[in-house]
Amino acid sequence: MNRIRTACAPNLYCLPLMPAIQTPETEEIHPDVALVAAAKEGDSAAFEKLIRQYDRQIFRVAQHITQNREDAEDITQDVFFKAYQKLDQFQGNSKFSTWLVRIAVNESLMRLRKRKTSKTVSMDEDVHTEEGSIPRDFAEWRPNPEQLYGQSELADILRKTIQGLPPGFRTVFTLRDIENLSTEETADALGLSVPAVKSRLLRARLQLRERLSRYFKQNPSLSPALLRESKAQ
Amino acid sequence: MTCTDFLAKLTDFFDGNVPPTLMAEVEHHISECKHCEVVLDSTTKTINIYRDHELYDFSPELQTKMEKSIMDRCAGWKTKLKGAKALTRS
Repeated sequence: MNRIRTACAPNLYCLPLMPAIQTPETEEIHPDVALVAAAKEGDSAAFEKLIRQYDRQIFRVAQHITQNREDAEDITQDVFFKAYQKLDQFQGNSKFSTWLVRIAVNESLMRLRKRKTSKTVSMDEDVHTEEGSIPRDFAEWRPNPEQLYGQSELADILRKTIQGLPPGFRTVFTLRDIENLSTEETADALGLSVPAVKSRLLRARLQLRERLSRYFKQNPSLSPALLRESKAQ
Repeated sequence: MTCTDFLAKLTDFFDGNVPPTLMAEVEHHISECKHCEVVLDSTTKTINIYRDHELYDFSPELQTKMEKSIMDRCAGWKTKLKGAKALTRS
């Protein structure tokens, strides 16, 4: 069972619970273990169940990293096919979903590299810039920024904003904050150290905050104009 | 605690990894520094808004199509593997 994190700032800033690393005393057998064991024995219905359980998540991870729908569809299929081929190599040291995510991240980064044939794409790309290190916009946001825009406008803004992040930051933010992997799981999936994940995560969050602030800050005259400008691009 | 110290602790803060004594310092700093209070509030909203919105459409049709395609590929591979094994044995 996941540990419940209770520490958060007073009154206001509790984020939804994030999964923590399992401790031996609280460990319970995850239902996936039985499905994976059955799939290893050749039970294709068990593997199909695993696909159905995680294909949406894998698709989302791939789409966030590659920012391309066709690539995300291909990657999702490749991930499950590779997982099936290598099922015997899955030792159960991590969660099955984390294992799938790790394959998805590798496949997605590989796609990005292929797309930019003359330029290497790695988790280190753009991390040496100073952008996102220091907040610059200190305007307060509307109490409920989601009420400013319709659902599809808001989705456009969110997509456009995350798309602007360097892949290395986008990937860390996706795994940690969207997919709720723990910092350790994120580090494991990306082959990074925990301090490196924390550093990139901070900058990813601050960069996104800075960019979204243009739309959500308490200056109603700015937001619609910016939205039109962004749509015109 | 300075604003730089606060920023350095922000990730641990979101992870709930700040020890109580340090938490008191963070809280004290936020209560006195409007800028850091805004940064904390808007960063929290940033994370929550991404977490709460499914940005990419994944329709049941697409899901069914992909599942079928994956299972077909897996079955094809398994058949090939069996054939290769039988060939090796013979």
